[in-house]
Amino acid sequence: MAKIQLNGKKITIQTNFLIIDLLKKYKLFNKKIAIELNGSIIPKSVYKKKKLKNNDIVEIVHFIGGG
Amino acid sequence: MKKDIFKVANKVLKSRLIVGTGKYKNFKETASAVEASGADMVTVAVRRVNIIDKKKPILTDYLNLNKIILLPNTAGCFNSNEALRTLRLAREMGGWKLVKLEVLGDKKTLYPNMIETIKATKTLVKEGFKVMVYCTDDPLLAKKLEDDGAAAIMPLASPIGSGLGLQNKINISLIIKQSKVPVIIDAGIGTASDATIAMELGCDGVLINSAIANAKNPILMASAFKDAVISGRKAFLAGRMNKNYLAKASSPTKGII
Repeated sequence: MAKIQLNGKKITIQTNFLIIDLLKKYKLFNKKIAIELNGSIIPKSVYKKKKLKNNDIVEIVHFIGGG
Repeated sequence: MKKDIFKVANKVLKSRLIVGTGKYKNFKETASAVEASGADMVTVAVRRVNIIDKKKPILTDYLNLNKIILLPNTAGCFNSNEALRTLRLAREMGGWKLVKLEVLGDKKTLYPNMIETIKATKTLVKEGFKVMVYCTDDPLLAKKLEDDGAAAIMPLASPIGSGLGLQNKINISLIIKQSKVPVIIDAGIGTASDATIAMELGCDGVLINSAIANAKNPILMASAFKDAVISGRKAFLAGRMNKNYLAKASSPTKGII
């Protein structure tokens, strides 16, 4: 198990959890989103390779209404 | 007369009205207002996904993205680093390069911080973004933004969400005269006639959010703005009559009985 912070909320995930696993868990796979891991943007091409580790800080963003 | 084309950063837009998607009751109302406005470009904000409620609807499911160009903004950013972070994320989301930069300087007026705005514009242009820039109505700063590579100059008519309309026609006219990139009024428009006035001055377009979303009937107001922008543009192209201090009769005096 690993503890990470996702969009400001502490959550627990399994060890060796990939970014793509996280997206599937939150039903965000194939949605128009972008991910930042510890302050760096993660390109879509590495969602399947990048493993999450303890204390990682993840931000997932999307478009909402705005002016 | 040659065809009147509105082009921003090589994208040809059918409508000179750009609309925001904030402040609506729900996404259905947003979608109906966008449709009624005839706009083919809409602004969107970048925010955290709601991870607690996975079933919550999302805006992009309600917009026809084959027809509508999303223009990501940096609303809520108070320095250039926050704005850059937001727009780099927006680009990653779907390859967006055309963006709206707004770096705010003051919470009460939401006036742009022009020092940070210029800094961010330079970096974004270097990174290959096409940047439409929310700015003050100072002609010198507008020129500076254009020289730094802004794709469009977007001066405020009055503070964001104030509905006070065009407060400084002289400055806006000076900016229009000197600019080679499109000048789009962003912020402060209150009602349809304000948009017409901006277009009659020679603005290339207007961006409206609150004036539509906060109307009692937003969908009807969206269609009012559609007509107002078209009318203002036509009047600008037609060229208004001269102003006279005294009357000039419309009917001929010859043949009076």
